[in-house]
Amino acid sequence: MRYANLESYDRVLFIGGIYSNYLALEKAFTMARSLKAEAVIVMGDFGGFGPFPDRTLELLRREKIFAIQGNYEEALAGGAEDCGCGYTDPRDNHYAQISYDYTRSCTSAEHVRWMGELPRYIRLSIGGQRTLVCHGSPRQINEFLWQTMTPRPFIEKMLRDFDTDLIICTHTGLHWSRFIEPGRGVVNVGALGRPANDGKTNVWMSLLEWQDYGFRAEFIPIEYDFDRLAREMESEKLPPEFVATIRTGWWTTCLEVLPAKERARGQF
Amino acid sequence: MTTGQVVGPTTAEGEKKFPFAPLAALDVLWLQVAGTICNLKCSHCFISCSPTNHSHEMMSLAHVRSLLDEAKTLGVKEYYFTGGEPFLNRDLLIMFEVALAQGPVSVLTNGILITPKVAARLRELSDASEHSLDIRVSLDGYDAETHDAIRGRGMFQRAIKGVMNLNSAGLVPVITAAEVTDDIGAERGRAQFLEMLKSLGVNRPRLKILPILRMGAEVERTRAYQEWESLRGHTLSETEAARLQCNSCRMATSKGVYVCPLLIEQDGARMGDRLTDTLGPFELKHSACFTCHSTGFSCRT
Ligand code: SF4
Ligand code: SF4
Ligand SMILES: [Fe+2]
Repeated sequence: MRYANLESYDRVLFIGGIYSNYLALEKAFTMARSLKAEAVIVMGDFGGFGPFPDRTLELLRREKIFAIQGNYEEALAGGAEDCGCGYTDPRDNHYAQISYDYTRSCTSAEHVRWMGELPRYIRLSIGGQRTLVCHGSPRQINEFLWQTMTPRPFIEKMLRDFDTDLIICTHTGLHWSRFIEPGRGVVNVGALGRPANDGKTNVWMSLLEWQDYGFRAEFIPIEYDFDRLAREMESEKLPPEFVATIRTGWWTTCLEVLPAKERARGQF
Repeated sequence: MTTGQVVGPTTAEGEKKFPFAPLAALDVLWLQVAGTICNLKCSHCFISCSPTNHSHEMMSLAHVRSLLDEAKTLGVKEYYFTGGEPFLNRDLLIMFEVALAQGPVSVLTNGILITPKVAARLRELSDASEHSLDIRVSLDGYDAETHDAIRGRGMFQRAIKGVMNLNSAGLVPVITAAEVTDDIGAERGRAQFLEMLKSLGVNRPRLKILPILRMGAEVERTRAYQEWESLRGHTLSETEAARLQCNSCRMATSKGVYVCPLLIEQDGARMGDRLTDTLGPFELKHSACFTCHSTGFSCRT
């Protein structure tokens, strides 16, 4: 199934790349209830990076949520040999492969089957505006839409090409939004799985709400037991570089895809 | 990215044909702002740039502006400035300012003209924009010996100065290296580059390796393409087409709009005067197309 169509909402919570951070996910679901979101949509990349991928999947399948595939789910369900993240640098690919191999070997077949049934896109209406939820971009599951590389004329073209007012995406791990007019634009919801390369240990999710003048995209920080996650990653023998990111909030791998400005903000 | 048709080779009059690459979307616009004019004369330059090569002239600000206007209506995602040596174009910084207002900008330079003053101005331009300004400096070796053999005596030190000036201005340059020797792209070569950059105090080293293109000056340095290096008779799958940079780019020079940054000196690669003339498919009959297809490389960062 490529597309799923949902009904109309005014207040929706979006969760980007989870990367097996089931502790942050537990916290996010608790917060979702007090935020009074009408719907929760998780946007793929459930595995990778963190420990015990099945724990994330069990949580996801227990909750009443909507989900789309990310490149991870597409890769796992299709039996691919790599995650299809779209990195080009050999060091980035080296670490991406470690994540993928670990995730693949620890994910149960039944969960992989479920991933294969998820849609690739969701269309819904938020506050009457046509909204398209995708993983990377509407045209490519692993296209990186970075804040400093997604200019207005390009956004205009994508909205036109895909017949929508709003594009909601993730895949980059960094959250941002750009509206070309009230009610029309792109929201990248960031990632729940790892910090935003800003030296802080919290992770992020996004609440999108329609207010009379347009959309309000609220990026919500989530504090969770990162130390426990880090210890579990260590016990699972995941690379110390990954653990360092969880403990420090700075990215240490998969850096070469970052554009100049995003790269300059980080430590490495 | 799979709109447009992919035409496989058919046999008319018993002759094997070349595949065509469709343009899925014009994401990347290249601007050959310094034409083929350069302050260096590198022995591997695939378009033989030099101080005296006027095959493609400097682009005027007015010309660049009109292309940028057109690009805006087409929804271009990013702009690449190159040459020759782009910093020889005296309007370059104004061009950056105009381009940065509508999208991210990358520039490919040999680094020599990046003084502390220019670096500081680049930083200002970057800060004033919501988009990235990416500066790519070419180093064809991690030491003076390799680099200078290609680029001329003393040029390693001068390029390094440019890198340091950018670094001090808080910009994070990308180092571009052509695979002039076998080890450069290999693990050891990459590690040496990163080591060298770190030792200079560049703490976020970025590296882009490019394959050799056997055209222009490179023909003298090593060899020309041979007949087997061709896509004649090859069928291009959609995935293969999507990997080619001509699937999402065009290159504008003073002489018109070309299919890609590689072929501006090749017959038949000029597709029109304006961007809108060049949105159709392109026949991959050039030897460089073979390099693109077999390596999957793109000139983008
Ligand atoms: S490779 Fe670059 S620096 Fe060298 S001559 Fe060609 S354009 Fe100039
Ligand atoms: S040289 Fe490469 S980018 Fe240019 S037309 Fe041929 S395949 Fe396309
Ligand atoms: Fe992803």
